[in-house]
Amino acid sequence: MKLITISGPPSSGKTSVIIKSIEELKDKHLKIGVLKFDCLVTDDDKLYAAQNIDSKVGLSGSMCPDHFFVSNIDDCLNWAIGQSYDILISESAGLCNRCSPHIKGCTAVCVIDNLMGINTPKKIGPMLKMADIVVITKGDIVSQAEREIFALKIRQANPDGIILHVNGLTGQGAGELGTLIETATEIETLVGKELRISMPSALCSYCLGEKLIGLNKQMGNVRKMKLD
Amino acid sequence: MNESVLLEEFKIKDLLDKYPYSKEFFNINGLPIDDVDNTVKDYIDSLGYVFLEDMGLNQEDLIKRFRSFMCRMKAIREEPAFNIRDITILGGRDKTERPEEKDLKICIGEIICIVGPTGSGKSRLLADIEWMAQRDTPTRRQILINGSVPPNDWRFSVEHKLVAQLSQNMNFVMDVSVGEFIILHAQSRLIDNSERKAQEIVSHANELSGERFDINTPLTSLSGGQSRALMVADTAFLSTSPIVLIDEIENAGINRKKALELLIGQNKIVLIATHDPLLALMGNKRIVVKNGGIQKVITTTSNEKKGLLRLTEIDNILMKYRESLRNGQLLEIGDELLW
Repeated sequence: MKLITISGPPSSGKTSVIIKSIEELKDKHLKIGVLKFDCLVTDDDKLYAAQNIDSKVGLSGSMCPDHFFVSNIDDCLNWAIGQSYDILISESAGLCNRCSPHIKGCTAVCVIDNLMGINTPKKIGPMLKMADIVVITKGDIVSQAEREIFALKIRQANPDGIILHVNGLTGQGAGELGTLIETATEIETLVGKELRISMPSALCSYCLGEKLIGLNKQMGNVRKMKLD
Repeated sequence: MNESVLLEEFKIKDLLDKYPYSKEFFNINGLPIDDVDNTVKDYIDSLGYVFLEDMGLNQEDLIKRFRSFMCRMKAIREEPAFNIRDITILGGRDKTERPEEKDLKICIGEIICIVGPTGSGKSRLLADIEWMAQRDTPTRRQILINGSVPPNDWRFSVEHKLVAQLSQNMNFVMDVSVGEFIILHAQSRLIDNSERKAQEIVSHANELSGERFDINTPLTSLSGGQSRALMVADTAFLSTSPIVLIDEIENAGINRKKALELLIGQNKIVLIATHDPLLALMGNKRIVVKNGGIQKVITTTSNEKKGLLRLTEIDNILMKYRESLRNGQLLEIGDELLW
């Protein structure tokens, strides 16, 4: 069983990239499933179904999406092993730019698009910086120069990763990503494996549903800005 | 001895002095530099636990990251151009498993057109070239660079991207001036004299487009023609990729002949996906793609080259009319179009 974690900012093209890569792997007759982690709603399961791709949706609702991910991913893997899948792809949006569902020993992919501006690689944290593969999308609508500048910024943020350009519409580059997915490391269990980065923490009154604003309502792990 | 191992022993000020691009390591990782007399190692050791935890890093990883960064940037700086002499496409099979006609060698300075209906396999051919296919794509083609198999890591290296692309659908999205933009591009290649480069590129771009602009023009206010002209000139002088793929620039409002001359003058291989006769005949050869495979390669005949002269005349006339329209004049269409 191979587990691939794919993350990236909302609307960067994760679903399209996954669909196109799976399409490229069609001839290999592998059983591939997708886990879609989202917060409130998602229609991506319908997109997958339309392509005859098996998918499961996990909605974190009012919980931190990363914490939700880590408390479910080992169950998902066991389920997929039980269903004799060959490859399980988890797709999740990195909402706070620090989020990173990446696990040591499992291929980690970050999807980011050319329209985000050259300062984005700096702003996106471990999700990008600790990925094994960085997929850059929407290259068909910006100039060659902007693609090159953007790719260098990504190289600077993630000096060791593989950088791939994939066009989510035409599938250009998806075959190459498919090859990397197909040759990912096999794993049998996630128990005992480690996240590449600690998750965002809070544990304060607002975690427990507090809505009122004010100093006397701020309890637990609270951090203050320096304003002077 | 591996120099990058020692780099963290440099004082930050000496490092910035010797390797100006190292500043970007601190910037992109959100590391404020307070004392430039510190060595990099001491600086990283002095970072607090909470600060590092916020960024999801630890000291050991950060040093490793620093070494990789310096190593990568050095490689980019020392190999400013990805120089090749030629590429060879060794034939694979089309969708019906029929072997492709023959192998094709393309040298720098050549213009090659790719023709064939939508869905015939043009994009796959270009993707094979871009990916430096080694009989591992559906077409089972193999791409050789300078006659031999390219190293596998070139596929994933930013510095060895074989193909630069220019198409009608591409736009500039950065909110900067033309000059700032070119300087950014030059800096991303770690090239010196970026300001002189900017002037040079703008003056070449102005020769391609009918409407002049300068380095202070905001990038996003360029017209379609001006954008295309700047993209061509910038790609010619600043892109690392030795192959330029041009897709549908038929109506780009630029002097297509000059654009191609500019590119091949900078030692590029130019591939054009087009069905515009004027562009197609400027090529030395045409690759005819059908059913997923290369069906044949046509060398432009001398008769066709003669025809190109006539087509160029017609095109010049159309350009003249376009200029007249732009200047608010009445069009006086004479007999020159009749023959």
